[in-house]
Amino acid sequence: MSHLAIAPILLPGFTAIVLIFLARSSLKITRGVSLISAVALLNIVISLLQQSATGSIEVYSLGNWDVPFGIILVVDTLSSFMLLVNAVLVIGAILFTFHWNDERADNLQALIHFLVMGVNGAFLTGDIFNLFVFFEVMLIASYALMLHGGGKERAKAGLHYVLINLVGSSLFILGVGMLYGVVGSLNMADLTQKIAQVPAEDMPLVTASALILLLVFGIKAAILPLYFWLPKAYGSASAPVAALFAIMTKVGIYSIVRVHGMIFWQGETMATLQQWIWPLAIATMVLGAIGVIGARRLRMQLAYTVVVSVGTMLGAFAIHSAESMQALFYYLAHSTWITGALFLLADVIAKQRGGMHDSIVRGPQLKQYRSIGVFFFLGAIALIGMPPLSGFFGKVLLLNAASGVPGQAAYWAAILVVSLITLIALGRAGSTFFWRVNEPKGSAVAVPKSAWLGIGFLFLMTFLMVIFAEQSLVFFAHLGEQVANPAAYIDAVFSFEAVNHEN
Amino acid sequence: MEILIAIVIAVLTGTGLYLMLRSRTFPVVMGLTLLTYAVNLFLFAMGRIQYNAPPVINMSDTYSDPLPQALVLTAIVIGFAMTAFVVVLALRARADLGNDHVDGKDSVEDVKEANR
Repeated sequence: MSHLAIAPILLPGFTAIVLIFLARSSLKITRGVSLISAVALLNIVISLLQQSATGSIEVYSLGNWDVPFGIILVVDTLSSFMLLVNAVLVIGAILFTFHWNDERADNLQALIHFLVMGVNGAFLTGDIFNLFVFFEVMLIASYALMLHGGGKERAKAGLHYVLINLVGSSLFILGVGMLYGVVGSLNMADLTQKIAQVPAEDMPLVTASALILLLVFGIKAAILPLYFWLPKAYGSASAPVAALFAIMTKVGIYSIVRVHGMIFWQGETMATLQQWIWPLAIATMVLGAIGVIGARRLRMQLAYTVVVSVGTMLGAFAIHSAESMQALFYYLAHSTWITGALFLLADVIAKQRGGMHDSIVRGPQLKQYRSIGVFFFLGAIALIGMPPLSGFFGKVLLLNAASGVPGQAAYWAAILVVSLITLIALGRAGSTFFWRVNEPKGSAVAVPKSAWLGIGFLFLMTFLMVIFAEQSLVFFAHLGEQVANPAAYIDAVFSFEAVNHEN
Repeated sequence: MEILIAIVIAVLTGTGLYLMLRSRTFPVVMGLTLLTYAVNLFLFAMGRIQYNAPPVINMSDTYSDPLPQALVLTAIVIGFAMTAFVVVLALRARADLGNDHVDGKDSVEDVKEANR
């Protein structure tokens, strides 16, 4: 049992506390500490990823309790991969904050690290109540981040965001309480085994708790009837925060894969879940696409593409085979990074258009229209899913995984039509921003280098996903295999032995 | 006893839900608080209801499950912090938006009713 497993939680937590003490010191120091910590986190995560890519699943018991009594952290391929997605996104967002967004003593950097701590904890934990606790850590940081910068729009969107998530938290406790009342355990691996032995008359209670938890994760992931908070929240948060929030919906998807895909994916509960998830996935995609084409601001449009990607991933989850899980997580990484990068880019565009901001109407020509245009074009291609960028590989994998399953026709049609709609909408936005222009504004500010660094870093990562597609697909195949067959996870958890210090 | 607790949880949930659907921030916050109470009580009841049973083994013949008590303690602390945050946020929104409507603007009917 090495202590590396808990480092992705401790490091950001510690950094955040240090940053609060440093709040009054110069910006150079807080930014430096924040960035160094984020890079260190990436290093830790990469070593965890290398460790788990060999197939070993590490179990870390907090307080050295025996399984299933204490709280455990589990580092399997899925957890370590999600940590990587988060660590990369955070570096991009932190780089971007360096010029426009943070001020002395506003604690932006500290809040970012608290958010990272909560997200990493949610990815690592193997205990369902602990998942709730880390959700709360993540949410309280995100509430403060959401309101960062102040203003009317943020106060309004923030109020909605906070209220709906508080209801979600209450429902989370309700679902977990029900599950504990029937099954008598909170450890995810233990729950998976014990649900098989639940007497038939108690099964409806288990199914009810599965659906309540689906509701909770659905709020986080922004699935169909629960996504109305998302466009406003993402559209009005400041740019690096909106980019960071790209991981939040993925936390919801991750939780669905972990909790529903492992614990509840058996017997009649599975059948009920499948009944719910298929139509929800397709409807989320369709409504997201309507939002994409109807949006009048670029930020809003990007927020709706997040909804679309959530629907896409949910569909891949409903198929629940090794191939679909492989496709899901390739698509997840691509979608998180490219959405993050585009949210940052949207801010650059808005800053250069003066009073027009990011409204999709004729406005002054951008000052650096060539460089921004190239990035927008590349980003749009990746987001839509056209060759040769990462979105294309993601969608091909998804379509491949869906062939031969019952929902194939609907899923294929939804993916293809939604991609077309995204293409039309982004084409319209791009041509308005770069071609339907008036005289350039002399007063527009140049884009600072750090903003390019943040955006470029996230773009680079998606390019790497294409360049090293072959190697990464081997890893994703392994990941998909492990997610689709949780036996290895359960074995690893139960073969854990508490460290004996007396010997 | 079971029936009494069930009724209490149901009433708390019902009033909480009703208040949450109101249009002003204060009733909504109150509703959230009541819902949190209901949920905490529910979580506590999941350890089964027993008399004279300390959550320690070997103290008496029966013992109650200590885990839901620990969970409910965690949930209370978190709920408390969140309520404090949402109260401050509601005040901030009231100051920024000029009214306490959850959507930040009063509808015509609301204003009429207030003037009546």
